[in-house]
Amino acid sequence: MIRAAVLGGAGYIGGELLRLLLGHPEVELAAAVSSRLGGKRIDSTHPNLRGLTDLTFCAEEELEQYDVLLLAAGHGATMELLPRLAGHAKTLIDLSGDFRLTDPAVYEAYYGLPHTAPELLGDFVPGAPELAREALRGADRIAVPGCMATAAILALRPLAAEQLIEPDVTVDARTGSSGSGATAGPANTHAERSGAMRVFAPAGHRHEAEIAQSCGVRPTMTATGVEAVRGVQVLCRATLRDGVDETAVRRAYRRHYADEPFVRVVAQRRGMYRLPEPKVLSGSNYCDVGFAVRPEARQVLAVAALDNLVKGGAGNAVQSLNIRMGWPERLGLEFPGLHPV
Amino acid sequence: MIAACPECERKLDLPDSTRLSEVVECPDCRSELEVVSIEPPLLVIAPEAEEDWGE
Repeated sequence: MIRAAVLGGAGYIGGELLRLLLGHPEVELAAAVSSRLGGKRIDSTHPNLRGLTDLTFCAEEELEQYDVLLLAAGHGATMELLPRLAGHAKTLIDLSGDFRLTDPAVYEAYYGLPHTAPELLGDFVPGAPELAREALRGADRIAVPGCMATAAILALRPLAAEQLIEPDVTVDARTGSSGSGATAGPANTHAERSGAMRVFAPAGHRHEAEIAQSCGVRPTMTATGVEAVRGVQVLCRATLRDGVDETAVRRAYRRHYADEPFVRVVAQRRGMYRLPEPKVLSGSNYCDVGFAVRPEARQVLAVAALDNLVKGGAGNAVQSLNIRMGWPERLGLEFPGLHPV
Repeated sequence: MIAACPECERKLDLPDSTRLSEVVECPDCRSELEVVSIEPPLLVIAPEAEEDWGE
């Protein structure tokens, strides 16, 4: 049994971390930090956790020593927090955007501010088991990728790694409102959000840089907020290299994901759910990936779907923790999602 | 009996009781497949039922 603490526990990703860690057989959830809700019960903010814990949120200054500290604070703030909190735990798992990119110049270009701890960037292993499983086994600094980036990377990785596509790709991402966080601004009131299909990032979304870094492609990404609370779906369009057909594409996906516990290839000829759809993945740690090929046009559409708060955040963090600790990778992450929902 | 799906190359383990003209579903791509040979086992895409629109 290890002791874990969560910083940023009042947010949506933080809440999912608390839910998953409370149900994890090898983890004792020892503390949850909130800068806004110190002293308040955790289950007042996350009512789904009623009956599972009597913990109250604490202040950062009350942190003790833990085996693992998971940080679910915002970008910009985390690179200030992390250096002074590093002494509280041997293993740090960060879910912000601050330690995902290896090049501080790229970070500044996408986030609009200089990195204040560039010397630490090289210490972090991606919290992406499908890309970095071996490195995660001994990692004490883990940076979990962004939700839309995770979906796009898992969709594109087999095609890019096997050089089946040209480097220029477009990524059309759709996301539910929980991706905007628990502290809503005017754009996220019900009146403004309900029914919207809002292209909030027509170009240059931050996750573009993560996709480029992980897949070696040149992505152009748009992001659209849609009528859902949870869920991300990405449609990635690319040009197939000469001679690449559907058989080669399918073989690449099979090779990459046949043994992955949380990636399923969904590219079916029949049925209602022929390609990945986030609706049936709510609460689960699965990412479904699929594809459609137009060989005469040399085009491939790669599709991926996941729950932005689970495989796109807290679930990937726990899966990475399982690998780091040498536990079975599925531990605490078995929930398959709901249907109908 | 092992036969490959002609659509996605998935290997299907057909039971010994499989009969000629039987239709099976590929667990990967969900294509409907017709058994056109037992020895050796051979699958083809099953023809889709045609809609006659009541005519």
